[in-house]
Amino acid sequence: MLVVGIRLEACQPDSLGQVFPQDSIRLDFKSLTSGVEAKMSSKMPSSNNIAQARRTVQQLRIEASIERIKVSKASADLMHYCGEHAKYDPLLMGIPASENPFKDKKPCTIL
Amino acid sequence: MGEMEALRKEADNLKDQITEARKVVQDTTLQEAVAGTALVGRVQLKTRKTLRGHLAKIYAMHWGTDTKFCVSASQDGKLIVWDTLTTNKVNAIPLKSSWVMTCAYAPSGNMVACGGLDNMCSIYNLKGKDGNVKVMRELAAHTGYLSCCRFLSDSEIITSSGDCTCVLWDIETGTEKTIFAGHLGDCMSLAVSPDFKMFISGACDFTAKLWDIREATCRQTFSGHESDINAIGFFPNGNAVITGSDDATCKLYDLRADQELVTYQDSGIMCGVTSLAPSLSGRLLLAGYDDFNVNIWDMLKAERVGVLAGHDNRVSCIGVSSDGMACCTGSWDSFLKIWN
Repeated sequence: MLVVGIRLEACQPDSLGQVFPQDSIRLDFKSLTSGVEAKMSSKMPSSNNIAQARRTVQQLRIEASIERIKVSKASADLMHYCGEHAKYDPLLMGIPASENPFKDKKPCTIL
Repeated sequence: MGEMEALRKEADNLKDQITEARKVVQDTTLQEAVAGTALVGRVQLKTRKTLRGHLAKIYAMHWGTDTKFCVSASQDGKLIVWDTLTTNKVNAIPLKSSWVMTCAYAPSGNMVACGGLDNMCSIYNLKGKDGNVKVMRELAAHTGYLSCCRFLSDSEIITSSGDCTCVLWDIETGTEKTIFAGHLGDCMSLAVSPDFKMFISGACDFTAKLWDIREATCRQTFSGHESDINAIGFFPNGNAVITGSDDATCKLYDLRADQELVTYQDSGIMCGVTSLAPSLSGRLLLAGYDDFNVNIWDMLKAERVGVLAGHDNRVSCIGVSSDGMACCTGSWDSFLKIWN
């Protein structure tokens, strides 16, 4: 069940002096009924609950059956990838001003 | 009653099996493995461009592929396509519904998409014959808000929704091809794998799920977060997943080891993560937070190596361009900033 909480705030003009009604209403988008685990209630067994429980078990069977590699190998592969690609990573290596398309090139004035 | 009890027992057994199987392959930790690796030097990025034009909170942005164009969505009811090099607005698209929460750029550059509280994903054709940008399709079937959308191609798009499902759509016919159900809370975010065969979703049930697009199945579920997952992304080689949560942490999960490798947290950070993006090599993780900042993490050493402070309100979205040259942040202060 989706429950949306609505909080009304006073309409404040923004820096441009504009007031937008939708900005004055803060919506809690997220449902307030999100659960953490499948609740298998035994108090009122219905065909719905059984069907849901069967689906949960089926999904767990899939997830239990996968092949897993060792964390040492997973870590080594991540480190290797970072190492191999570091020199091509502009945010990591820094970009020389002459090669930076985003840097504004200001003309030099000779005094 | 009997079958319910048996099913519950089997479920518990399977969960124990999974926990055990994950322990069996845990011969070390990422922290131990990188002990000999040096921390990256302090990362200091500067604002190179400020994209001004939106009149209200920006909720989402997405870079185009192999381009310096990006699209942003704001609750002023506009989608704007920007040329980030010149800061010019290539397109300013008025939306039917201003309650937009997400936007996406098709890899081809031909289309953009958006959606939000209208529960629909609207597809816009940028390359229409007469030069006008028009709605091409309205994908309607979700019974909850549209939180995220990502194109697979010009003919397929994946959406995530507050109705707890993700959907693969055929854009041509406007119909649902596959419904991915399984999350027990609103789906907040999704990311497509580099090979386009899988996607991951993060939800308000505190888990992330890995889905096989063609098999239409959930392959793996990752737990550990203590609150809603708002942001999710793939490590560049597609073998690991990064999540950002309201619990103020980001986590790295390895897909092949099927477990969490490290948590990015700091006692000084107490607000939720809204958005995240890895740098090109994966070594840096840029994450946007509710406290108006972006923290830059050394992804291997799990330490903060930089901060982007420049917005006057929550950073709601972040993205790194496909060539890794720049990071774009979007904020509730109505501005987008380009950093490198």
